[in-house]
Amino acid sequence: MAKSHETEHPVKAFGLAATDSSGHLSPFKFSRRATGDDDVQFKVLYCGICHTDLHYLKNEWGVTQYPLVPGHEIVGVVTEVGKKVEKVKVGDRVGVGCMVGSCRSCESCKEDLENYCPKIIPTYAAPYHDGTITYGGYSDIMVADEHFIVRIPENMPLDAAAPLLCAGITTYSPMRYFGLDKPGMHIGVVGLGGLGHVAVKFAKAFGCKVTVISTSISKKDEALSHLGADSFLISKDADEMQGAVGTMDGIIDTVSAHHALMPLIGLLKAHGKLIMLGAPDKPLELPVFPLLAGRKMISGSGIGGMKETQEMIDFAAKHNIKADIELISADYVNTALERLTKADVKYRFVIDVANTLQQS
Amino acid sequence: MAEFKQKAFGLAATDTSGVLSPFHFSRSTYHYVNVKINRDRENGDDDVTIKILYCGVCHSDLHSVKNDWGLTQYPIVPGHEISGVVTKIGNNVEKFKVGDRVGVGVLVNSCRTCDVCQQDLESYCPKMIFTYNSTDKDGTTTYGGYSDTVIVDQHFVLRFPENVPSDAGAPLLCAGITVYSPMKYYGMTEAGKHLGVAGLGGLGHVAVKLGKAFGLKVTVISTSPRKKEEAINKLGADAFVVSTDAADLTAATGTMDFIIDTIAAVHSLAPLLSLLKMNGKLVTVGLPDKPLDLPIFPLVSGRKMIGGSDFGGIKETQEMLDFCGKHGIAADIELIRADEINAAMERLAKSDVRYRFVIDIGNSISNL
Repeated sequence: MAKSHETEHPVKAFGLAATDSSGHLSPFKFSRRATGDDDVQFKVLYCGICHTDLHYLKNEWGVTQYPLVPGHEIVGVVTEVGKKVEKVKVGDRVGVGCMVGSCRSCESCKEDLENYCPKIIPTYAAPYHDGTITYGGYSDIMVADEHFIVRIPENMPLDAAAPLLCAGITTYSPMRYFGLDKPGMHIGVVGLGGLGHVAVKFAKAFGCKVTVISTSISKKDEALSHLGADSFLISKDADEMQGAVGTMDGIIDTVSAHHALMPLIGLLKAHGKLIMLGAPDKPLELPVFPLLAGRKMISGSGIGGMKETQEMIDFAAKHNIKADIELISADYVNTALERLTKADVKYRFVIDVANTLQQS
Repeated sequence: MAEFKQKAFGLAATDTSGVLSPFHFSRSTYHYVNVKINRDRENGDDDVTIKILYCGVCHSDLHSVKNDWGLTQYPIVPGHEISGVVTKIGNNVEKFKVGDRVGVGVLVNSCRTCDVCQQDLESYCPKMIFTYNSTDKDGTTTYGGYSDTVIVDQHFVLRFPENVPSDAGAPLLCAGITVYSPMKYYGMTEAGKHLGVAGLGGLGHVAVKLGKAFGLKVTVISTSPRKKEEAINKLGADAFVVSTDAADLTAATGTMDFIIDTIAAVHSLAPLLSLLKMNGKLVTVGLPDKPLDLPIFPLVSGRKMIGGSDFGGIKETQEMLDFCGKHGIAADIELIRADEINAAMERLAKSDVRYRFVIDIGNSISNL
């Protein structure tokens, strides 16, 4: 007889799950595996709400298996460690991001780029090594292989650190890899949401000049006075965009909705780089001429490897970078997801799991 | 402003049918704007006069005579793969002497002072002046190599190495540099890596030869199965993928470190992106007249990249010619007479050439 979610594993767990593509979350009893020799078990304190959670909840990519417990910006405190674990001990502050497993032997894994492993195991909605489905951080307890755990330094508030585990690494990794991290460079950030606002902070910490490109004039004030951006362009304002043509060394594009690439390519200096982080579900139009005429480049990037995720967290701690969050209680989560579809959040919801996720 | 004129003779298109016909026009001489215009000489102090022997027929010539890009000013004399011999040099010219075998490519001038010009990247200068269909610094129109002579500032004249023939070497001045430059810039020169060449025409066939000279494994990606045999036996490609064949594509998925995309028509990028390994690079050098569809997912999930490149700076063009000389690389050409140009352009529109037409200017232009 097939095991139920509650009896699949020996450790009781409780969380929020969706059971169909309405994406509506409701209380869900399930179980976690016992803490293996290489595993770290931790009590979840906070979990960020990533737009990817929304894509999965509504099965927008057609890959979702229900019941789905989302959440891959998970932070908490270690409660148990396996025999072979050396990285952390009970009581340490830790986090888990978008992946909990990879093959550990392919070229990508050997280069600390587990995120490009063809056998990557996402933190939720995927089959783990033991065949069971992974459940994410909208839950009270989490177990993960030590390799996929990051340590959170003492001086970082855990709630505001959570979003760095996806939004943070997803923007930090390409800025480093594509060399868009040199002092004095001019970096554009398209879209001022969870990823965008963190990208602005990293870019400023790298010593870059930052221009935010957005469709919402309402975000201008905060972008300049609170986030520290140097300037702000309304992408639909042709004059503003024209004034900035050929001025940027790189552009980090966080927008996942369908949008025009041509004006963004125009903003780049010759040899400039446009890095796509949002993944629109239909192809975008690529005008080839401007790419050639300026020897410009378009690439993409997805999260980051474990080594660089730890490096990013340490960098953020050193430069006092954290996400700007709206802390919510577990019973607000469906409303929060509704607001997220309308981009109505500054700039990431974080669920106060430990204090509000309770079995009734 | 008076100009001193030197009569020249060439082939020009006068309307968008693109049909070329004989046309007399004047070569003007010019000088840098910050130096007095020398009215007493035919050839300026920094200039070189070249008797044209051969001129390659580039697909850009076809786009231009048909005004595909909406930039053409008629009458237009195309041709930017020019080879010939020096017949006259200006007082300041030390690089060349009369009788030298030389060439001229896509540019005849640039601002010479901006950042990119200072870095020997004249092809990215916002004020660059094309060999044809451009306005030169003295306000006159530039006319290209489908003609008997050209006068060019010495900085933009290339020397032909000993063993680069003038006829088969002419296409290197555009096709050659256009693939050589991005292959160097995007790091496609690491021996042992796997390069895909999409499109086997003027640019593509040179990319295959350069790829082999760099020590790469080379796979040709084409829609024409009939090109396979020559690609492998004559050009030296290691493999051939028919891009419209699903089985071929699947077998080659995720195997290439780089792809040079030379296809001039609108085409699908998704199959090409699928052929790249993780972190792979697709560099596009063809100029379709409409935007292409770019799927973003493969870029994000595979950290793949699509970049562009135009032709290349002068220093790099000379480096490319010297490299070709050292490795015995030249284009595979079909030599035509000047009066055959219209028929050649029609065949070019159907990709019916292996792999570049070259006009035998020296022997046929005066017969028009």
